Order: sequence, then structure tokens, then C-alpha cells
Amino acid sequence: MDTSIWRALFYLVGIMAFAGLNAAYLGWCERKGAARIQRRIGPCEAGYGGLWQPLADGLKLMSKQLLVPQGVDGIIFRLAPVLAMVPAITSMVVIPFSENIQARAMELSVLLLFALASLGMLAILLGGWASGNKYAIISSARAVSQNLAYEIPMLVTVITVVMISGSMNLREIAIDQQGGFWHWNIFRLENGHFLTMWISFIIFFICSVAETNRAPFDMAEAESELVAGFMTEYGSMGFGLFMMGEYLNIVVGACLTATLFLGGWDCPFGLTPGVWWFLIKIYVLIFTFIWIRWTYPRTQIYRLLNLSWKILIPFSLANLLITAALIKVF
Amino acid sequence: MTVPVHLRHDETFVLNLGPQHPATHGVLRVKLTMDGEYVVKAEPVLGYIHRMHEKMAEGGTFAQFMPNTARMDYLHALAFNHGYALVVEKAAGIEVPERAEFIRVITVELNRIASHLLWWAAFLLDLGGFTPLLYAFDDREKIIDLLERVTGSRLTYCYMRFGGVYNDIDDEFITGTREFIKRLRSRLPRFYHDLVTHNIILIKRIKNIGIITPEQCRRYGATGPVARGSGISYDIRKNEPYSVYPEFDFDVPVFEECDSMARYMVRMHEMEQSLRIIEQALDKLPDGPVMGKAPKMLKPEAGYYYSAVETARGSLGHRLVCDGGKNPYKLKLRSPTFSNLSLYGEVAEGMMLADALAFMGSLDLVIPEIDR
Repeated sequence: MDTSIWRALFYLVGIMAFAGLNAAYLGWCERKGAARIQRRIGPCEAGYGGLWQPLADGLKLMSKQLLVPQGVDGIIFRLAPVLAMVPAITSMVVIPFSENIQARAMELSVLLLFALASLGMLAILLGGWASGNKYAIISSARAVSQNLAYEIPMLVTVITVVMISGSMNLREIAIDQQGGFWHWNIFRLENGHFLTMWISFIIFFICSVAETNRAPFDMAEAESELVAGFMTEYGSMGFGLFMMGEYLNIVVGACLTATLFLGGWDCPFGLTPGVWWFLIKIYVLIFTFIWIRWTYPRTQIYRLLNLSWKILIPFSLANLLITAALIKVF
Repeated sequence: MTVPVHLRHDETFVLNLGPQHPATHGVLRVKLTMDGEYVVKAEPVLGYIHRMHEKMAEGGTFAQFMPNTARMDYLHALAFNHGYALVVEKAAGIEVPERAEFIRVITVELNRIASHLLWWAAFLLDLGGFTPLLYAFDDREKIIDLLERVTGSRLTYCYMRFGGVYNDIDDEFITGTREFIKRLRSRLPRFYHDLVTHNIILIKRIKNIGIITPEQCRRYGATGPVARGSGISYDIRKNEPYSVYPEFDFDVPVFEECDSMARYMVRMHEMEQSLRIIEQALDKLPDGPVMGKAPKMLKPEAGYYYSAVETARGSLGHRLVCDGGKNPYKLKLRSPTFSNLSLYGEVAEGMMLADALAFMGSLDLVIPEIDR
């Protein structure tokens, strides 16, 4: 049989497994991490260290009925959770886990990732809108303005990276950074990019926290104000899919950060590059997400928008100009 | 938001906040008229947990009402115990031994710290910070263990008696309390101030938000940390001294900023002052009985009696009317949270939803005490 079919099958199963495992076990990691930060133990009953907890939770959610309240838009209400999960899994197709592990090395993979991320936002909008709940609608409105505000600085910083690497292909961006941490975009010695790229990295990281609706920017699901935000009316696997989609978005965000700024699968000291370095990087980033969430209180929606429009966007634009000048000068 | 917004009163919707909502800490319902995310009108609706405590007082003897007092403000139950005991002692002319008064003050102040810790935890939860909750509960647990040792219960205490207290404190309680004072003093700067008070997100969230003017405080009768956060130096323990409070050296923290941050700081400083009071009380603790001479069946002379105490939320007044019988003719409570909540609607107008809820958290509401 044609090898390309086997290859497609291999990646299909691999990506689904990676996505499923991450979606389930990041929940466990989050609970354990939160517990350690709060000086508790966390899940410990189901299996050793509560390792079966995600399975138990999943079974519980699956065995429940998806209640569709009266007066909601039934089709959109059922579609929204799926729409939250699918783009996140699809994004994994273009992520280069290592030099040889990548399902599709598309030329415009960066653009595709951002298009899919915006689809994920659409899921929140539709879910909140279809619920017909006031809290959910406020939450959707917040999510949309937040995502809109944070995609701009994010894209501008990505343009700086694309300018340096001269490609929109994630694989080529990663290959461009091989050979030790001084080649990574964040610390790049060449052309003096290290002067501004760490600022780009910080802007990008803040934006990816905001894009994934994580605390301190979790305006859309601020439980003390909006009960559960856009998920208020969802139960069973509708809720489950939203949660899994959220964790997958974190994984995709971490993968993107690692590829764009931290050299992808490259070893910091120039030794044996490989997929393990990539995994180490993304899990460190994911841990940082969890760490931030359980340390800081939530900010306010207008402060969040002010931060984006008044600080992040001007800084990222200035960064873009300086980077362009550096490339031109050297 | 410091910039005043133009509210459109014709394009509004009603958001029903509560009676079951994560931010209202109990069964409070607030009818919010919203213009987008802005609050046009906020109307607290009370009465969901009304249990007729004041009427119950008329049905039983004086002593039978004592357990009820703890069911009102369950976070600072001992102050309610204390207030009721004081008014009945005043009516019946019962002398309280000095040691008993000292023990009352020690336990009431411990309970005040526990109440402020729980407020702190719940307030941070309103602001979306979950972790501080568990740090505060860790410390609160120590207080509750100490109080359980002397009072026999953990939350709804019925510890005070007319003429003294139910149980004497022992050496283990005293050493445990001293250890707790040391522990909280070392943890306050690290776990409370470094992690939370100085956090830029928290400061931005609560500074200049929820401005209550001193004039509003006076008009609505707000007391306690709410008034002291608005620059009104009014603490019953200092202004109308009762029990043995005049014997201790402590300050009344007052902040002039009138915002949520000022109320936050008042409570944080009050915890330190309570620690000071407890320390002095333990040093000066006299020997003697913990129960004075009190008749089995109280029959105070007919008349009107009033006494006020300072609870964690403000001044609590008991007005007792006696007709010479063995049960109160009428008992009316002036509870602090009711007045503190009354100003909510006026102040919350024009705020954004998240700010309005943060402001509600800063008032430290205990709903069963409002409804009684």
C-alpha cells in the first residue's frame, strides 16, 4: 500500500492520542499543581497519586445526559463544544515536534494556526449566544473583545519572528534556530536581535495566556461574577469538550511559543536535539500557565483591554520597527 | 473605572444575581439593572434566610436565647454571645468576675481574627484568587481548634453565660494561643502582604473602587471597618468602652481613602491589633472564678436596656425590653451588616459588574445576620 496513507494514519492516531492524553492529564496536572501551590495533596483516591482521576471524571461526564434547556438554539448549542475542540486538535497538524515528526510542513502554517485559534473563539461566542443565558452572553461578549484585542499584538510579534526567519513555515522557523540557545529567537545574538526579542517573547506569552482565557485573564469564565460564563448551561460532555478544548489550546499555545521563540526541538547547549527537548519546553511553559493561574487574582476586563491597546500593541509595533531596522542595518 | 460613564437608562436588562450565586456568599439576591457591563441600578433583596430570631427570644427564657445568638453572625458568633450576655447582665444586675471578662475578651478577639481571615479568603475568591483561601483557612483552623478546646464547638458557639463563661481556659489553651500569635505574626507579612496585598493586580482591582463617602456612612449608619475605611474613627471598644477593653492598649486603624483598599487595610491592621489585645489579656489574666453569682431563673425589673459591642463587621446593639417576667418582652437587634449593605445600591451605581462584586466583597456581608 501507499506509504503516504500509512503516514497519514500514523499521524492521525498519534495526534489524537497526544491531544486526548494532554486534554485529560493536563486537568490532573493542574489539580495536582494547584494542590501543591495551596499546600494540599490534590486527587489521591483513584489510583496511585490520583492517576485514574481523569478517566473517572471522563466516565462520569460521558454517562450524563446533555441537557438542552428550553428556548436555546439546539443546533448551535450542540455544535459549539465540538467547535471548541476540533480547531485545537487540527492545529497540531502543522506543529513540528522534531525535525522528522510533523504531519504537514505547510508553507503558511503560522497563518493556519492563527485562523484555527480564531475558530476556537467562535466556539465560545456561539456557545454563550446559543445558551440564552445572560451570564453566558456577557461572557461571550467579553471573550470576543478580549480575543480581538490580544490577537493584534500577538500577530505583530509573530511578524517580527517571520521577518527574522524569512519564512512562515514553522518547520523552517525552527530549523533556523538550531545550534544552541544563542541561536534561539529570544536570545538571538545574530544582528543584535536579543535586544528586542525578549520583549516580543514576553508580549507573545502574555497574549497566549489571554488568548487561551487563562487566569489572570479568564474574564470569560470569571466564576465569581458570571457563575461559569459561557459554560453555565452546559453539562456532561458539552462541558467536558469545552474543558478539553481549553487545555488543548494551552498545549497549542505552548507549542507555538516553543517553536517561535525557544528553538523548537533544539537543545540549549547544542547536544542531541530531538523531540524530548520540545516536550520539556512545552511542559515548562504549561507549568508556568498553571503557576500563574494559581498565584494571581483575576484582573478586570477594561484593564485587560487597556493593557493590550495601550501597552502591548505600541510595544509590539515599536519592536517590529526596530527589528526591521536591525535586519536592514546588518 | 475612574472616568464617569454615561449610562443609558432606556437600554437596560435585569440581571438577577442570586439568591444562589457564587459571589453573594449566602442567600442574598441583588436585582441588577444593567447597561451592558455597567450597573445602572442595584437593589438588594433580603429575607431569604429570615428565621424570626427576635420573635424566638420572646418565646423562651433569657438563657434559652443564648444559642440563637451564634446562629446570626456565624463568623463572629462570640461577639453576639457577648453582646447578649452584657445586655441581660445589665438588666438583671449580675456581677461578672474579672477573669471571666478577660476570657471573654480573649475568645472574642480570637474569633474576630478568624472572621477577618475568612473575609480575606472570601474576598480574594471574589477577585478570582483561589490560593489565598487555603492559606487563610490554614490559620483559621488553628483558632477554631483553640476555641473548640474551651467552648466545645467550632462555629456556632454558646460559650458565655449570664455572670461569666461556661468553661475556664487551661494552660494548653494559653500556650496554644501564644504559639498562634507568634505564628500569625510571622505569616502575615509573608503569606498575606507579600503575596496578596502588594500584588499589582489586586491593587489595581480595589484601589479607588467602591468609594463610600463619610457622609454616606453617617446617612446609612455604616459602622465597623466600612466606616473606619472612610476615615470615621468609630470603634465601640474605644468610644463606648465595655467589658475590660479600657485596660488594654490598642489602636483603632482608620484609613481616609474611602475605597475598597482602605477597608481591606483596616481589616488587615485590625487582626494585628487583636493579636495585641490577646497578648496583653493573657499577660494580665487574673485568677479567680469564671462564673459569678447569678440566679437560676432571671427576672429582671421592667424597663428598657441597651448595650452595644463591636463585632468584626461593626457595632451590634441589643435593645432589651423587660416586663418583669421570666422571658424578654421584646429583643431588638441592631446588626451591622444590614446598615453596611443598605448603602450598596447607591454606591454600586455606574460600576462595572466585576467591580460591583468586588465592592460587595469588601463590605464583608454575612447574610444570616442581616435577615435574622
